[in-house]
Amino acid sequence: MGAEQGTELKIKETIRSSRLDRNFPKEVMKSHGGEKLLLCYLCGSCAGGCPVGRLTTSYNPRQIVRMASLGLKDEVLRNNSLWFCTACFTCTDRCPQGLEVASIIRVIRNIAAEEGIVPQVFKELGSNILETGLAYKIPELRLKKREEQKLPPLPPSDTKAVDKLLEASGFLKLIKEQPKKEA
Amino acid sequence: MAELRYAFFLGCTIPYRVTSYEVSARKVAAKLGIELVEMQDFNCCGLPIDPISHDAMLLLAARNLCLAEQQNLNITTLCTGCAITLRKVNRTLKENKELKETVNKHLKEVGMEFKGTIEVKHFAHVLAEDYGIEKIKQHVKKPLAQLQVSEHAGCHFLRPIEYAGFDNPEDPTVLKGLIEATGAKYFDYMDKTNCCGFTIIAIDDEISLQLTGSKLSNMHDAGAQAVVTVCPSCFLMFDVQQPRIEKVFGKTFSMPVLHYTQLLGLAMGMSAHELELDTHRVAATNMLSKIG
Repeated sequence: MGAEQGTELKIKETIRSSRLDRNFPKEVMKSHGGEKLLLCYLCGSCAGGCPVGRLTTSYNPRQIVRMASLGLKDEVLRNNSLWFCTACFTCTDRCPQGLEVASIIRVIRNIAAEEGIVPQVFKELGSNILETGLAYKIPELRLKKREEQKLPPLPPSDTKAVDKLLEASGFLKLIKEQPKKEA
Repeated sequence: MAELRYAFFLGCTIPYRVTSYEVSARKVAAKLGIELVEMQDFNCCGLPIDPISHDAMLLLAARNLCLAEQQNLNITTLCTGCAITLRKVNRTLKENKELKETVNKHLKEVGMEFKGTIEVKHFAHVLAEDYGIEKIKQHVKKPLAQLQVSEHAGCHFLRPIEYAGFDNPEDPTVLKGLIEATGAKYFDYMDKTNCCGFTIIAIDDEISLQLTGSKLSNMHDAGAQAVVTVCPSCFLMFDVQQPRIEKVFGKTFSMPVLHYTQLLGLAMGMSAHELELDTHRVAATNMLSKIG
């Protein structure tokens, strides 16, 4: 996934109400962390403090929040820059309205994932967790080296339990089904 | 003082790539008299997949919390990501009855129940709060007075304040206090609390490298001889990625990266080899010659 493709979140023409998905803000607000979406008054504290926003004009948390609250669902979901947030939570801590901005971004990402937009890295991490219980597959050599390092053996995870929980959360279909569209 | 015995949550990144952190932490803990009890069959804390499924993250985190509850121990962890995730889920489930019921319905399927009987703290948090700076100072055999270091605490050590909650994220002092306890000189630098960018390196590596690089550049300019981290992911950015960052910036930093447990270990009289400082990408030879 490169920075050059489709990362500009720009709306150049007039936004017509027919384009808005009025249900989308409600969808965001019913998820844990997204409840305060509509309290945003666009002060820009989030964008001003965003370390990524300082490096690229492609990512702007205020813009994502505003577009989500208007109901520009497709524009927000189908844009690479949605995945640029590092989850540093500076925006959340500085928001004068108490919006959990980083959590709102996460809620929107979760919705994108449900629509089949899952960046490859999350599929890999997810598959590793399914297979081993951990986010990374730890090479045999590393496990053996632990003896030399006098570290206790790494206990194997209960993957049966992990898989059962992941299945219950609806996670399996996110990483296993063919996505409708690559992010 | 609380009993210094904790369920030790290792997480994924440390056994995968950053064992020098685990080795040094275990050695330091043993010498300080902090008991780290193994957690059998733990799983990923859940944070890496939170971006695509908050529900999956909740269940993974909750299962780990249940394991520690069964051991009747509070959790400590070396990873800031694991710490903030387990802290956040632990508190949320304690406070939100409805969510707790939903989570417990699923946990029941794997023979578990979240009760809400334990607490979670990052290991540096344990050192500063449960153990205490003054007591740490008593263990310092070889004060590192010749050393000038900067910190990179890592976002999840400080934020979101609602759940990290033990330091001021705009002007943090906890790690500073821990560093100064070793006798080392603490060097401030511009944008000290900025993010390293680890979480998006697979999405856009250029932005990640810029984020860590500008911090390296700032601390280098401020005169730091080393940087101290308390997170395995931040460590990977500062140490393992440093040669790439140097290429991008066209600058040589040669900035050794130390886990706090290594800095403390050195001050307690352990050797760099014992603390696996010689396994890092960036050589600490120059820095070590300063402390003799």
